[in-house]
Amino acid sequence: MAGKVLTITSGKGGVGKTTITANLGVALASHNQKVVCIDGDIGLRNLDVVLGLENRIVYDIVDVVEGRCKLRQAMIRDKRIEGLFLIPAAQTRDKTAVSPSDMIRVCDELRPDFDWIIVDSPAGIERGFRNAIAPADHVLVVTNPEVSAVRDADRIIGIVEAEEKGPARLIINRIDPVMVERGDMISTEDIVELLAIELIGIIPEDSEVIISTNRGMPIALNGKSKAGQALQNIARRVTGETVPFLELSHQGGFIRQLGKIFSSGGSKNE
Amino acid sequence: MSSFIDRLTNRNRKSANQAKDRLQLVLIHDRTNLSSVVLETMKDEIIAVITRHIDIEPDMVKIEINKDGRQQRLIADIPILGAKRRR
Repeated sequence: MAGKVLTITSGKGGVGKTTITANLGVALASHNQKVVCIDGDIGLRNLDVVLGLENRIVYDIVDVVEGRCKLRQAMIRDKRIEGLFLIPAAQTRDKTAVSPSDMIRVCDELRPDFDWIIVDSPAGIERGFRNAIAPADHVLVVTNPEVSAVRDADRIIGIVEAEEKGPARLIINRIDPVMVERGDMISTEDIVELLAIELIGIIPEDSEVIISTNRGMPIALNGKSKAGQALQNIARRVTGETVPFLELSHQGGFIRQLGKIFSSGGSKNE
Repeated sequence: MSSFIDRLTNRNRKSANQAKDRLQLVLIHDRTNLSSVVLETMKDEIIAVITRHIDIEPDMVKIEINKDGRQQRLIADIPILGAKRRR
């Protein structure tokens, strides 16, 4: 195996990087890929709680880098999903405890044993972000349909390009089709035009995300939720599959869905 | 009067369009590190250099940044009145 490093980043905080990292991990693992997720947010770790693995942490990435344990000892195996592992961040240290070359070394050691190494970047453009993009083969930039998130995404895309880690691909998270239709939310098309990079996913606003995070059960495990489906689709696109984007128009309510089911001969699309 | 109408239509404009227009300007400035003040200074300096050689109409000079994908282009539109007579 020659694993690929996939870094999830955004510039702005709170746009959904950690949720997306956890769910891409789950989705890729459920497609028989061997996956390890690395929490790059040292001092503010959260990937463990989103994945529901917080009670099983013994060692973290700083312990690995500082030689207190073997890499294997810091890897937590997810018992629910075959082939999914987590390397948690340290909670009592800061970003300077790890350097970009440390990250490259750790990822190179993981490559032979995994298909995907997913790095959850912290917000900002400082050390933690630099650590997260240093080993990257692919970079996914997450944004929300808001001016501040789009502006920060543009900065990040520029830096990723300058560091020759590009071209980054874009995930637009928390889009509300009703607000877009009303003209009160920037549309997917406008964001793609402004940022001028390839789109790899659109995730609709979905209250199920908070519920699944409450339970520590990533939403990609829930086949019925729109956000879960969108995340599953992104995972497939990451592996090179061509998957059409979800129909998110709010008129896609009950009647229209019924019409679709009948017109496609009852086959369930997406 | 016209400003009153402008204000009225601006208020009625969809907020998503306003967000897009504002982002368009902000991103150009972020990417080029050029503020409108610097752009104005550059414009004055360009005009000074060019008027040393040819007659132009300073009020008609337009300097703007255009976007081409993730690349920016500085576009100068300088109407010429006529070359100064030279030997």
